[in-house]
Amino acid sequence: MYVAVKGGEAAIDNAHRLLAEARRGDAAVPELSVAQIREQMALLVDRVMTEGSLYDPDLAALALKQARGDVVEAVFLVRAYRTTLPRFGASTPVDTGAMAVERRVSATFKDLPGGQVLGPTFDYTHRLIDFALAAEGAVEPAAEAEPRDDAGTCPRVTDLLAQDGLIEASPPDDGAPVGDLTREPVDYPADRALRLQALARGDEGFVLGLAYSTQRGYGRTHPFVGEIRVGEVAVEFVPEELGFAVPLGRVRLTECQMVNQFKGSGAAPPQFTRGYGLSFGQSERKAMAMALVDRALRAEELGEPVASPAQDQEFVLAHCDSLQATGFVEHLKLPHYVDFQAELELVRRLRAEFEQGRDRAGMQEAAE
Amino acid sequence: MATSPIDPGREEIAARQAVMALCADASRDDLDAALRALEVSVTEDLRPPETGLVMATGRIGGDGRPFNLGEVSVTRAAIRVPDGTTGFAYHLGRDRAKARLAATLDALWQDPARRARVEAALQPAARRADAARQRAARRTAATRVDFLTLARGED
Repeated sequence: MYVAVKGGEAAIDNAHRLLAEARRGDAAVPELSVAQIREQMALLVDRVMTEGSLYDPDLAALALKQARGDVVEAVFLVRAYRTTLPRFGASTPVDTGAMAVERRVSATFKDLPGGQVLGPTFDYTHRLIDFALAAEGAVEPAAEAEPRDDAGTCPRVTDLLAQDGLIEASPPDDGAPVGDLTREPVDYPADRALRLQALARGDEGFVLGLAYSTQRGYGRTHPFVGEIRVGEVAVEFVPEELGFAVPLGRVRLTECQMVNQFKGSGAAPPQFTRGYGLSFGQSERKAMAMALVDRALRAEELGEPVASPAQDQEFVLAHCDSLQATGFVEHLKLPHYVDFQAELELVRRLRAEFEQGRDRAGMQEAAE
Repeated sequence: MATSPIDPGREEIAARQAVMALCADASRDDLDAALRALEVSVTEDLRPPETGLVMATGRIGGDGRPFNLGEVSVTRAAIRVPDGTTGFAYHLGRDRAKARLAATLDALWQDPARRARVEAALQPAARRADAARQRAARRTAATRVDFLTLARGED
């Protein structure tokens, strides 16, 4: 028999006090400010915003401070915070074509209107630890140059290909309501908009692993990076009381247009197909992985066999959320005393039956 | 809403949106300074400033069907100035004081007699935002790639 027990309040209180001290670390070392995290751990902040599915750099930085730098814990804090806020509505769709580009590269075309612009990137660094960063010091100011005449106009690479009909068009805006997985549970099969929402907030590591699996042969899509662009876009919202679009401000986004191998039929000439990725902040790896998995999840639509994990939407969508995953995995450490006692009794009974059976068999053998 | 003294035409709305965009990009200190430069009358909250969420949407492929990208935190304010004009602000972030300042500027701007002064008071913020944009564009431009084509092999 098991009797419910209570207790541990004092231990829990003291554990939280200990956590606060551990969070602070050595008191002789200056404390981090939220602004320092926001400015100097910017890509980590971007990841927490992307997976927390809430664009608010100061909040993400604070969550990281509270979570001692644990990304999933910070995502948990951000997601919990958002549940306390009312939803005013949905923005008008952001226009990534009008992005103030800070970085834009294409692996498919060398010469593009607007050019290839590297921006602040780790690409082409030697990945050697820079011990000079261990000491504080002034940073050499970034170089400046006069923007060329075409710098303000960066058409999407996919638009350039589309002019010649070489690539499929994006699915048209039919005005149908957009599914929102934060409001209704996902029904399978989920449409592409819902899949993109799930991937956008999905765990970067999980989505990256799936994307990699498609490159290694588990659902090949023959991808090229048509374009990656990073920069700020304006967000607008139409409040009911005003009836016109109010500019809310600017958010930094990363967009990836993946160009994939063709699809044609007796009726339609071959065309490149597409995968799409969009994420908060500068998060190229995430946007690229999202675009690869988006394309892989279109297997059925494009008449390809669905045989690999990255093509299985239920597998991908049900497991890509770091908060859901950590909730179910980490709940295992909570008390399971009753469940375990039941298992313990069962295994004892089975062992007793096993012993009895062996004894009986032994006696029979002896009798023969 | 019949609270606006003017019937907003298309140009009127575009001009109001431009001021709203300027306020959204400006800092709280900028707006505070702008409002102090004007004679601020007592304002009344139509609705207390409130922080909430707006679901940011993108388009599949950049130009196709919309999808939900993720939420943004937004703070809104609605005020009324003594002549009855209402002002509104919706800004990214959680700064209630800033939203209230912007809503007040929105109400003052709607009065044609005050419009030029409101815009003048916001000029320093506009200049700062413009300078920041230009500096960012110049730093980005310095990382633009110039490809060299090397002739290879026999011709």
